[in-house]
Amino acid sequence: MSRAVPQREPAVPDDWELVVGLEVHVELSTATKLFCGCANRFGDEPNTNVCPVCLGLPGSLPVVNAAAVDFAMRLGRALGCEARGAVFARKNYFYPDMPKAYQISQYDQPTNTDGRLELPGGHTVGIERAHIEEDTGKTTHIGGGGRIHDADYALVDYNRAGVPLVEIVSRPDIRGAEQARAYVRELRAILLAVGVSDARMEEGSMRVDANVSVRPAGSDELRTRCEIKNLSSLRALGRAIVYEAQRHVDLWSGGERPRQETRHWDEANGRTTPGRSKEDADDYRYFQDPDLVPLAPAVEKIAAIDAALPPLPAARRADLVEAARRASLAILTGKPQPSDPDAREAPAPDAPEPVSPETAALLVERGQDGLVRAAMAEGADPELTATRVTNDLAIDDWSSVTPEGLAALVAMEASEQITATQSKQVLAEMAERGGAPEEIARRRGFRAMAGDDLAAVVDGVIADNPDAWSRYRAGDDAERKKLSGFLTGQVMRATKGQADGAAVNRLLQERAGPTSQLA
Amino acid sequence: MSGRITRDEAAHVARLARLRFSDEEFDELATQLSAVLDHAADVEALDVTDIAPTSHPHPLVNVTRADEVRPSLDRDEVLAQAPSVDDGQFRVPPILGEAP
Repeated sequence: MSRAVPQREPAVPDDWELVVGLEVHVELSTATKLFCGCANRFGDEPNTNVCPVCLGLPGSLPVVNAAAVDFAMRLGRALGCEARGAVFARKNYFYPDMPKAYQISQYDQPTNTDGRLELPGGHTVGIERAHIEEDTGKTTHIGGGGRIHDADYALVDYNRAGVPLVEIVSRPDIRGAEQARAYVRELRAILLAVGVSDARMEEGSMRVDANVSVRPAGSDELRTRCEIKNLSSLRALGRAIVYEAQRHVDLWSGGERPRQETRHWDEANGRTTPGRSKEDADDYRYFQDPDLVPLAPAVEKIAAIDAALPPLPAARRADLVEAARRASLAILTGKPQPSDPDAREAPAPDAPEPVSPETAALLVERGQDGLVRAAMAEGADPELTATRVTNDLAIDDWSSVTPEGLAALVAMEASEQITATQSKQVLAEMAERGGAPEEIARRRGFRAMAGDDLAAVVDGVIADNPDAWSRYRAGDDAERKKLSGFLTGQVMRATKGQADGAAVNRLLQERAGPTSQLA
Repeated sequence: MSGRITRDEAAHVARLARLRFSDEEFDELATQLSAVLDHAADVEALDVTDIAPTSHPHPLVNVTRADEVRPSLDRDEVLAQAPSVDDGQFRVPPILGEAP
């Protein structure tokens, strides 16, 4: 899930407000299924992880997987939910993805209720419940050009039937597409932090349905909602919400009202299409499963789960931003700074955050906050460390990069012993093979050309390109920026890449003097 | 005696259970289902003020098993039970509509 540049989306008119609630299904990464000992594994040959229980054969009896309950409770507590006694119920329906003709779920007594999720921007979304249920089998329609209604037949694989799920149901507290995406990203970060799911949307281990309605801005009514299914990416989620909200606004504005129904997101055509009319809960004829006894978590068990929760993403982001402030101030003042912010020397009033909340979010999402904090503790410049680590998307495995090595690399770059480009190459080798940055840079012959050597090359390039230089000198900021690219390129060529771009730019500015405001 | 279940309700329940009946059968079923509910309604005559709701006859909670993989069934054996099989999977008629 990459944190792409926010896309500009069409939005509903200002006098309308979006009301969105999300239902997120997450597959738990237990070793076995929820009610039997079959392996819970994605990608195996069809129907190889099946047994009498998950095939719904007569006489078989489900027994609850203790780890699935623990995982669900861990997630619930991380979402600030109350952990409660719970009862399993049968949700009855006829469809070949569930061979028992019912799905075992939790209905009126779920394991987790009344939690909340705080988005990085500060908005809080209520969590109504997070209940345990079993996943269904996978149905593939064959023939008919891929259209379900024209299919000749269907094939069913029950490897997924009975895999433990938690369904996290939010309250309708989400007000827009970007908030919906932020909610899913944050939920995913929490799932990964507590280690209960790999939460991959593209593999279907995290599936999102959106309940969408609109209302006049400022009102608190809840109007007819539609449930949008088939949202297989964050992009699809955002687009579908905006499309559906606009459809509702158009209907209400034209004196009509939307029908309460399930709709499908059609990614290719960028629209939602009607599915079945939403069934009443009554039609599922829920009743308590007589084969399963209630779950009643002991107070000690809940306390043990709470005590074992790792630091959550929100706290890790805040800690990273704060540690960067402290480290940056220590570098500026040349003195270690106490952990109590009030006891430190005051930073400049307009000093930017050395590590911005957005950068902190990215580092935490990728699990690199620990490395960056450790490098800062070794004296590394926070801003440059964060930049170096977040820039290198090509590096998958950071396990060979030690905090000491990273700090040493950043120090070399900060003191202009090596250029930014060289620094990236050294880091790539550190990640791939390990090793000390000083040694790698020496072996590769990396050093930044600096001081008089670099100045001489810059002067040479200026002498060789009189036309570009005179335009640079006379130009305004935009013109200078353009020509500086050209002139820096010439310097790079002359030095075979051993010059630092920022240093070259500085020398060019010095030689040209301030831009003429009259130009 | 009768009247707890209308003919329409009997037809609705039959549709949910994918059962087909004639009009005469629905009349009879509505009467029979009403009789069953009448019988269950006898409980309403009892005073249950001090009795906690019971979901299970056994006083057991938290019956769980360890998260350890057990052998699954042999696929050929499993599929041998199915009326129709294709490509290692159960072959079923195309389903109109989607899963609930």
